[in-house]
Amino acid sequence: MTAPGAGTPSREVLLEARGLRVGRPSSRRSPALPLVRGVDLRLRRGEVLGLAGESGAGKTLTALALLGLCPPGLEVAGSVRLLDRELVGLPVRDLARLRGRHIAMVFQDALAAFTPVQRIGDQIGEALRIHQRPRPGRESARRAAAELLDAVGVPEPGRVAGAYPHQLSGGTRQRAMIAMAMANRPDVIVADEPTSALDVTVQAQVLQALVTARRETGAALLLISHDLGVLAGAADRVAVMYGGRIVEYGGTRELFARPRMPYTAGLIGSVPRLDRDTPPTPMPGAPPVAGTPDTGCAFAPRCPLAEPECRTRVPELVGDQERSAGGEGQAGGGEPHLVACRRGEEAVRIGAATLFPPSVPRRAAGVRGVVEPVLRIRGLAKSFPASGGSGRWRRGGREVWALEGVDLEVGRGETLGLVGESGCGKSTTLLEVIALRAPRHGTIEVLGQDTGTLSRAAERRLRGALQIVFQDPMASLDPRMTVGDIVAEPLLVQRAPAERVAARVSEVLRLVGLSPDDAAALPHRYSGGQRQRIAIARALAVEPRLLLLDEPVSALDVSVRAGILDLLRRLKEDPGPSCLFVSHDLAMVRQIADRVAVMYAGRVVETGTVDEVFGRPCHPYTKALLDAVPVPDPAVARSRSSMVLRGDPPSGGDDGRGCRFRPRCPVFESLEPGQRSRCEREFPGAVQAPVDLGRSVVCHFPLT
Amino acid sequence: MLSKRLANYCLLLITSTFLCYLLSSAALDPRAYYEERTPPPPGRVVDQRLAELGLDRRTPVVERFGHWSWRALHGDLGRTLDGTSVSAEFGRRVGVTARLLLVGTVTGTALGVVAGVWAAVRRGRLPDRGLTLLSFTVLSVPPFVLGLLLQTGAIAVNDASGRSVIRYTGERTPGLHGGALIQLRDTAAHLVLPTLSVALGAVALYSRYQRGATLDVLAAEHLRTAQAKGLTPGRALLRHGLRTSLIPLTSVFAFGFVTMFTGAVFTEKIYGWHGMGSWFLDSVQKGDVNAVVAIEVFGAALVLLAGLCADLLHAALDPRVRFA
Repeated sequence: MTAPGAGTPSREVLLEARGLRVGRPSSRRSPALPLVRGVDLRLRRGEVLGLAGESGAGKTLTALALLGLCPPGLEVAGSVRLLDRELVGLPVRDLARLRGRHIAMVFQDALAAFTPVQRIGDQIGEALRIHQRPRPGRESARRAAAELLDAVGVPEPGRVAGAYPHQLSGGTRQRAMIAMAMANRPDVIVADEPTSALDVTVQAQVLQALVTARRETGAALLLISHDLGVLAGAADRVAVMYGGRIVEYGGTRELFARPRMPYTAGLIGSVPRLDRDTPPTPMPGAPPVAGTPDTGCAFAPRCPLAEPECRTRVPELVGDQERSAGGEGQAGGGEPHLVACRRGEEAVRIGAATLFPPSVPRRAAGVRGVVEPVLRIRGLAKSFPASGGSGRWRRGGREVWALEGVDLEVGRGETLGLVGESGCGKSTTLLEVIALRAPRHGTIEVLGQDTGTLSRAAERRLRGALQIVFQDPMASLDPRMTVGDIVAEPLLVQRAPAERVAARVSEVLRLVGLSPDDAAALPHRYSGGQRQRIAIARALAVEPRLLLLDEPVSALDVSVRAGILDLLRRLKEDPGPSCLFVSHDLAMVRQIADRVAVMYAGRVVETGTVDEVFGRPCHPYTKALLDAVPVPDPAVARSRSSMVLRGDPPSGGDDGRGCRFRPRCPVFESLEPGQRSRCEREFPGAVQAPVDLGRSVVCHFPLT
Repeated sequence: MLSKRLANYCLLLITSTFLCYLLSSAALDPRAYYEERTPPPPGRVVDQRLAELGLDRRTPVVERFGHWSWRALHGDLGRTLDGTSVSAEFGRRVGVTARLLLVGTVTGTALGVVAGVWAAVRRGRLPDRGLTLLSFTVLSVPPFVLGLLLQTGAIAVNDASGRSVIRYTGERTPGLHGGALIQLRDTAAHLVLPTLSVALGAVALYSRYQRGATLDVLAAEHLRTAQAKGLTPGRALLRHGLRTSLIPLTSVFAFGFVTMFTGAVFTEKIYGWHGMGSWFLDSVQKGDVNAVVAIEVFGAALVLLAGLCADLLHAALDPRVRFA
C-alpha cells in the first residue's frame, strides 16, 4: 500500500496520544472502571497505523477519546495533541471546529451511524457546509458529495447521493461514510472496524476506498480492526491492545514475523490460514471483560509462560530497537519494536504452535471413494413473499427466490463446507433441512429418508439423528434453563431413560471442554465461547448422525474462535457425525471441511474437495472469493495479485435468464460478444470440471 | 393501497355505527325523559313523539337503524328529544369545542416537545427534576381540581387588579356591545383559563413522551457521527435528533390532536362552555339516542382519521416507511 520505508520517523507527527486513560470514575455506588489504561500513540502524515485487539480491549474508546467523543459519564485523562494542540480538556466548541476538518472518523456500523431520515448526499454535504468558508449552498454541497462518492468508487454516485441510508447496501454505505470523512481533507482519519460485518468481496472494496481516501487527502490513518488479515495487508505499523493497554507495537512485517508477546503470537496463530494447511492455535480462556481490575499482566491467566511475578506487576511497554533495525530494514525499519512482556524473548523462540498446541495437528485425510450420503438435496428451491416496506404499506404478490435449485450431498463421516456471501442462501438451505418437511420444490433426503414422506414417529426419530448449532450462542440458549437442562433436553425429547440422561450430560460437557459441575449453572455466567461449547454439547448429546453448523464461530472473538474450531476438529477424530458447516469464512472452511460447496444467488456453483477447490478454483466467483480473503501475513498479503470484485452480492428477486454471476464476472467481461450471449441466455448446467472427478463447476467458461 | 385502506375504514365505520346504535338504543330510555315532565304527558302523546323521532321501541331495532342510517346518508342525523336538529346542534358544538381547545392543545403540544427535549438534555439536573415534578403533579391532580385551582387564582388576580381581567365562565360576556376589538378582547379574557388548563395537561403529558424519545436518540450513533463531522452537541441534536425522536410519537400526537374534537368534559363543565363534551354528558343523561349516536359515530370516525393521520405523519417523517 505504501512504499517501503514510508514509516521513517522524519515524517511530521500529526497526532500524538500520551498516557491516554478512559474510564468511569469511582462513585458512591460503584468502584472506578478503568477501560483504557494509559495508551501512547503517534500518527505521522501519510501513514497507516493499525490498532488490533479483541472485544473489550479498549480500541473503540481509544478512537473516540482521540476525537473527544467518549460517551457521557466517562472521564478522559492524559494527553491527545492534534497538530500541536492539546485536545483533552478543550471546550466542546473548539473541539467541534477541529472535528471533521482536521480529524475525521469512519464508524463501524454505517447503517446506525448515518441519520436515517436524511439523504446521503445531504449528510456528506453537511460536513462541507459546516467547515468550508464561504459556506457552499445546499445544491453545490450535494454535487460535491456526489464527486466524493465517485472518488471512493461508488457506482452511480448521483443516485446514491439522493438515496436514504437504508436504501443502500452495506458496502456502499460504508464507502459513503469514508467519503464523508474525507470531505474536508482532514489530517487524520480514524476508522473503527470499517469492514467488520461485511462480506469479504465487499470488504476488499471498502479497504480500497480507504486507501483512496488516504491517498487523496494525505492524511494519517488509524485503522482499528480485530481482523489481523486486514491489518497485515493495510497497516505500516501495528499496535496490539489487550485489557485496555497496548501490549505490543512494531512495524507490520516485524511484528507478524516475530511477535514477542505470547498473546500476539497466539492471536496471529489463531487466524485460520487460507494459504496453508497449518491449523489455528487455540488460546485457552477468553479476553478479560472490559474494566476488570488488574494487578499484573492482563494476559497472565491465559498465558502458558506466566510466572508468579507476571500476576503481580504490570509489565512496561519497552523497546527493542536493535533487533528490528537489524532486521529487514524495510517497512517499519528503524521503528522500535515495543512489547509489554516479561518473557518476550522466550515467546519469540518457542513460537505460537508450541505455546498453544492444537489438539489435532494435521487435518485428517478426507473420506474418499464412494460413501453412502447422509444428506442428499436435489433441486431445492424456496421463495419468500417480497414485501416492500413494512406492515401496511407493503406491495403484494411478488416473490423473491432465496434458493433457485440447490444440489448437495454430504457423505457419511465427512464435513461439507457451504460457503458464499451473505444472502446467497446458505442459511436458508440449512433451515430447509432442519424443518424435515417436504420442500416446495425439490427433494431432501436425510439418512436415506425423503423428508416429504415422514410419519410423525419417523420424524421424531430423525430429529435425534439431526442436530444444529446456531450462530449466536447468546440467543440460542434459554437464559432461564440450567446448562444441564439445556444439554439434557434433546435426550428427553428422544425419551432416553433418566440415568442415561445424567450420565450422557456429564460425558458431553467433558467432551466439549467444560466440567460436569457446570450443569447446575445458568448460561449467563459464561462467555460467548463457553456458551457455544454448551450449544455444541446440546447438539452432540443424542449422538447425531448429521450435525448442521450455522456460522458457529462468527459471533466470537478471534482468539476464542480457534478454540471452538479446535474442538470441532477433535470431534471429527473419533468417528463423529457428518457435518454441514455453513460459513462465510473460507479460511475457516479450509481448516475444518473435507469438501466444499460454493453458493451464489441460491445455487451451488462449484463443489469439490477442499484441496481441489482452494488450490485450483474453476468458477470465476470462487476465484474472486478466495482472492478477497485477507491473509494474516504481510509478505503474502502484499505480494498477492488480488482482483477486487465489483458490485454487491445479489439480494434475490432477479427473475432474468442466464448466469446470475454475469454482472460481476471478470471472465464474462473479457469474452467475445458471441461467447457472451451464452452467459446471457442460458443458465450453465453443472460441468464436470476437466481437472478432477467428483467435482462440478456451474460455468460456461470455467478457469482451468 | 390507500384506496384499499379507505375501503377498510368504511367497513369499520359502518360496523361501529351499527354497534353504537344498538348499544345506545338498548341502554338509553328516552321515554323516561318525557314521563318525568310535570305534568306527565299522556302515554299516547309520548308514543307519537317517540315515533316521530324514530325511537319507538315497538319497532325492531334493526328497522329503526335502517331508517336512521338511510336518513343519515342523506345528511339528516335526526332530531334531539327537544326537537332541534342534531346536525345543526352538532355543528355549533364542534365549533365551541374547537375554539375552546385548539389554542391550548397546539401550544401545549409544542411546549411539551420543547420542554421534553430540554429535560432530556439536562437529564438528572435541576430543569429535568423540576419539570418531572411539575408533570407528575399536573397528571396526578384530577382535572376539575386543577380547574378550580386556576379559577381561584384568577379570582385573586381580578381582586388584586380591581377589575375582571380574566373571565372564568362562558365563552363571551352576554350582551356585550362594541367593535371587533372589544369582542376579541372579551373572547381572549374568556379563553385564558381554559387554554391554560388544557395546555398544562398537554405539556405535562407530551413532555414525558418527548423526554423519553429524546433520551433514546441522544444515545443513538448517528448523533455521534454528527458531532464527529463538527457539529456542537446542541446543533447535532437539533438537526439530526429532533426529527428521529418525533417518529415514535406520531401516533401519540395524531390521536391526541384529532380526538380533541370529541370535547373535554371537565374543562367544558368547569368553565361553562357548551361544547361536545358537555353535550355528550347531557344527552346520555336525557336518554337522547339520536344525539348520542351522532357523537359516538363522530368519535369513531375521528379515531380512524387519527390512525390515518398518524401513518401519514410517520411516512412524512421517516423515509424508511416510505420506500422499501
